[in-house]
Order: sequence, then structure tokens, then C-alpha cells
Amino acid sequence: MPLLPPLTVAVPLACAAFVAAFGSLIPRRAVTLTAIAAAVATTALQFAQLLQSLPRDLNHWFGGWTPQHHFALGILFTVDPIDGILACVAGVLVVASLTFSWWGLREVSHLYYALMLAFLGGMAGFAISADLFDIFVFFELMSVTGYGLCSFRQTSSSVMQGALNFAIINSIGAFFILMGIALVYGRTGALNLAQIGAALRGQHPDALVVVSFVFILVGFLTKAGAVPFHFWMSDAYAVAAAPVGALYAGIMSDLGYHAIARIYADGFAGSLGAVEPAVRDMLVGVGVATVVVGAVMCFIQADLKRQIAFLVICHGGIFLCGIGLLNPAGMAGSTLYVAADAMIKAAVFLTMGYIIVSLGTSDEFALRGRGRRRRHALAGVVFGLAGLGFAVVPGSGPWLSASLIQQAAVAAGFAWLPPVLAAGTAVTAAAVLRSGARIFLGWGADHDPLISSAQPDEPQEGEPQEEEGISIVSLAPAGVLLVAGFGMGFAPHLAGWATAAGRQFLDLPGYIHEVLGGQYPPPLRPGPAFHPGAGSWAYGAATAAGALALAAASLRWSASGLGQVVARLLGPPLRGVRAVHSGRVGDMATWMTVGAVALCAAGAIGFR
Amino acid sequence: MSFYPFVVAAVLFVAGLYGVVTSRNYVHLAVCLTVMQSSTYIVLLSIGYVHGGTAPIFKGPAKAPPVDPVVQSLTLTDVVVSVVVLALILALAIQAHKRAGTVDPDKMTDLHG
Repeated sequence: MPLLPPLTVAVPLACAAFVAAFGSLIPRRAVTLTAIAAAVATTALQFAQLLQSLPRDLNHWFGGWTPQHHFALGILFTVDPIDGILACVAGVLVVASLTFSWWGLREVSHLYYALMLAFLGGMAGFAISADLFDIFVFFELMSVTGYGLCSFRQTSSSVMQGALNFAIINSIGAFFILMGIALVYGRTGALNLAQIGAALRGQHPDALVVVSFVFILVGFLTKAGAVPFHFWMSDAYAVAAAPVGALYAGIMSDLGYHAIARIYADGFAGSLGAVEPAVRDMLVGVGVATVVVGAVMCFIQADLKRQIAFLVICHGGIFLCGIGLLNPAGMAGSTLYVAADAMIKAAVFLTMGYIIVSLGTSDEFALRGRGRRRRHALAGVVFGLAGLGFAVVPGSGPWLSASLIQQAAVAAGFAWLPPVLAAGTAVTAAAVLRSGARIFLGWGADHDPLISSAQPDEPQEGEPQEEEGISIVSLAPAGVLLVAGFGMGFAPHLAGWATAAGRQFLDLPGYIHEVLGGQYPPPLRPGPAFHPGAGSWAYGAATAAGALALAAASLRWSASGLGQVVARLLGPPLRGVRAVHSGRVGDMATWMTVGAVALCAAGAIGFR
Repeated sequence: MSFYPFVVAAVLFVAGLYGVVTSRNYVHLAVCLTVMQSSTYIVLLSIGYVHGGTAPIFKGPAKAPPVDPVVQSLTLTDVVVSVVVLALILALAIQAHKRAGTVDPDKMTDLHG
């Protein structure tokens, strides 16, 4: 019985309890060091578990309750390479965020560190649970600590409001998940995913199966921030402190998408596999809508944190498309994209924390040219490189994974999909490049009729106001993350491994044999090393060129006559999109209901 | 398995959701969330319910078929989770009241989506 999987959850949770209980008795620096040490230890365990899971999945049955006569009694953690990678990303990001907190959040209660470690424990458990109710419990652990982390800096009422909306909308999402779990349990009598898959195998998808799948889908799409369940995200991101926002942006949202992949591939595929094209259309449809809305909203934000929030939404749509293609290359591409993108998103968020502490605001226009001083040059370099990373510059980690998704889309008959994804990627990257150039180079005008400026009281939100500034060393975690995100592009064998792991991930009969029968598939062999074709190079080059051109155009012409014409043309539709994002919690819940009803209707029509 | 528990659950879910959508007070909103969550308890318990069954305590000869203990433990866990979330939302509402002097989501319009 492999011991590593439960340890990756137990270590951070035990340390969180220790810090919460005794943190007030020991010096603050010691608390920070304890938390960092615990996070480093957890990350090391997660990398060890990933390596162990490469030849064959790690299955840990709690209390030794292994299946009897092909019936799962106990509770299971399954680590396969796909989940293992996500767990590692969570660990790495928590280490980076805690390290940043050493400089960035000096006057913070010890409970912050306890919450961060509990958050890590929740994410670690969520990534590797193979039991529906266990997934729900870790989902709630991750969510509740997330709400706490969002609100721990009670500087203004908007922080409270952002955290409240986050908590309320995600709680409704959790009810949907629980309802779906109850229905599928009523149908199959099982909570273990493999058991559900075995029970549903070969059965025609009836209304109960469809409704329970859609309910679970709605819950996780809410967590992940897919359209139209994404309205809580920009507020929560805008009010969260930078190290917390780095975790939200880097990994929390994307775990929701992979939960959908796991629950479908290991459970519901037994029945819904018969209507796989319809499932594919539904997931890709939601993904494309998310890409479009996220990209448009990202480009018209002036607040840096809101830009990243919508960038996360847009890129999440790309991950959902990759997962929704339901083929090994798409699964592999999505996973590697999550990992590489997470590093870069977190690096940007930490750099923004540095900017906000140094310069006192997160508004692109208010910051124009203020980053030109020599001591901010490093932050500017990180920002610019991150923008290029978002633009999938050939050779970078995101480019490698985007190429996998592109090939997967073409293989699945979705040849129209890569241009859409490339356009979304280019627009979001252009927003980051534009704001970076405006802040660190002073390019462009100090206003833009297309872009909504932040409200006057927003800059202080959730950020410490320290007189003495912040050490340049605090950029070190961001730099390391950036190097890691780019470096993944230089590991061509990674794609081969990931594709093989994706094939195993989607193999439901193999998984059922493995979990219920104890018969493991032959050891995982990496597929052939990935060779990006001409299409990949074109994809990367076109996206990067598009992003640079759009950023330059936005900077050059925003305040000129041409900019006025463009603003007059695009103004009304953009005002409409913006008006939909009202920030009212009632509207958010209404949109959720609309989305849930629409998905149910789509399922009722498509899955017959 | 009777049909009625599901009707009750659906009514509770929709009523709670209506409350969340129209609420003008975060405390009221938290109570509406609890109403929504109650519907999940009913669904869970009704799924495991056996007409004429006994409590799932396995000692001595069974007199009648037991109800499903799994859903009961799920419901208990769910209750614990809901209490935590409710406490947190109420605490946030109190803090919001301290900062803004109101618990009306529409009057706290600092955030704009």
C-alpha cells in the first residue's frame, strides 16, 4: 500500500493545525519558516509520488479496506501522472507564495499561514481523490480556506463583499455537486468512481444520469470560472492579496476542470461514453464561450488584478476545450498547459504584489511610466517575459502544450478550434503586454475610452501599505516560477509522457480492472517524443505576432482619432458585456441558474 | 422509493435560490443558502430510506432491513460543512457591516464585476 498519497495531505494539514494552535506563541518569522518548511516537505512528497506513479498508478485504500469481490468498500486515493502533476503544481505555487509573503506580507496574523497550509492540504487531497464524496469534502476544505484567505485583510468593505460573493456563489456550486452525487449514488449505490463506472457501463444514459452529471458539471464549472458561472472571480481576485491571488489564478480554478475530466473519464464515461460526441460538443462549447468572454473582458480592464482574473477565465476555457476533446493529446496538452501557465500566472500575480506595494496602486493608467525607475526594471522584465509566455512564443512551455491541444483538436475534427483559441490567447497576452509597456516604459496615453479604469478606492484593496517599500529580493519566487514555466518547453519528452498518461487517464475499462480487480495495466511507456510540426510553429508565431501587434495598436492609437472611431464602434457591445458583469450577487446566482438550465436542456437533447 | 421527498427538495432548492437572487441583506442571504442546503439533506436521506426499515446498527439478528448508513453519514458531513460555511459567511457579513455600515449587497457597490 503506497503511503505517499495520504502523507501529502496529512503533512500540510497537521502543520496547519500546529501553526494555528501555537503560532501566537512563537515569533512571526519562525511561523513563516515553519509554514515554508511544511510546504517544501509537501511538495517534495508530491514530486516523489509523481515519480512513483509513472510506471503505474498509486492506489491507497484507507484503513486497508481493499475491494472485495469487485466491490469497493473503502475510500480511495488514486495518483496517476496527470493528477500527480497538478498536485506538484499546487505545492510549488504555495511554496512560492509563502516565500513572497516573507517580504510582501509582514504584518499578518499566524492564522494566515495556517490557512495557506490547510488550503494546500485541500488542493492536494482534491487532486488525487477517487471517491465522489471525498472529492466533495476536499472541494469544501479548499473552498472554505479559500474564502478565509480572500478576506483575511479586512481593509475595506469591498474586500468583504468580494469574499462574500465568492463564498455564496461557490456554496451554491457545492450544493449542485452534492445533489449530483446524491443522484448518482441513488442510481449506482457507489461513491467510488471506478465502481460508478462499472455500474453505469453499457447502460443507456437516462435522465437521472444526465441530470446528475450536469449538476456535478455546474458545481465544478463554478469553481473553475467557466461562462456563465464566472462572475464571482474578478471580484475575488481583485480583493485578494497577491500571494493568495497567485494561488487562485495558478491552480485553484484549474483543479475544477480536471475534476470534471476525472469524474467523466473514470465514472460517467461508462454510460455517457455512448454519446461521446455530444459530451465533446457540450464541453468544447462551454470552453469556447469562456475563451471569448474572458478575452474580451480581459482586454478592457485597467486594473491589473482584474486583467489576470479574466485571463485566467479565458485560459481556463482553453483547458476545458483540451479536456473536452476527450482524446489523449488534448488531455496531455491541457495538463501541461495548466502547469506551465500556472507558473507564469503566479509569477505575474506576485510581481503585481511587488508593484502594488512599491507604487500603491494596481491601475494601469495611474501607473503609467511609474515603473521606469531602475529599481523596478526587474519587475518590468518579469512582466514582459510573462506576457510573451501568455502569447505562446515558440519554445516556451505554454507553446508546447498549446501545440498538443491544437493537434488534438485537428485529430478530433475540430479544425476551426485552434484559430479561436489562438485569438483568445493573443488578446489576453496583448492586455498584459500593453499594461506592462504602459507601466514600465511609459508608452501610450494615460487614458483609453475602451478600457474601464479602476474605481478610486480600489488600489488599496487587500494590499499592505508599507512605507519602507519592498525588497527587490521578493521578486525571486516570481523569477523562479517564470523560468520553470518557460523551461517546460525545453523538455520534449514531457509531451510524450503526458500523452501516454492521458491515454491511460481516459481508459475506463483499464481503470476499473485496476481499482476493483487489482490488475494493473502494463507499465506506462512514454509515447514518441513530441515533434512540433509546421502547424505548431505557425500557431505560436501567429499568436505571438498578433498579441504584440494588438498591444502596440492599443498603445499607439488609443487616444488618437482612430481610437475614438474604434471606441465608438465597439462601445455599445462592450458596454453590454460590461453591464452583464454587474457584481451583484443576485445576478450571479441568476446567471448560474440560467447556465444550469441551459446545460440540462443541452444534455436532455444531446445525450439521448 | 416515494416521489414526494424529491418534490419537497426541489421546492426548498428553488425557494432558497429565489431568496439568494432577490435578497437585500447578507444575513437573510445566508439563511437562504441554508434553506437550499436543506434540500440536499432531504435528497440524501430519502435515497437511503427503506420503508419499514430499522436503524443501521448491526448487532444480533436483524429484524428488518436497515436503511442505508452511507447516506446518513454523508448527511452528517454535509451538516458540518454547512455550519462552517454559514459561520464564515455570517462573520464576513458582520465585518462588512463594520466597514460599510450596511449588509445590503446593493448598497455596497464598490465592486463592479
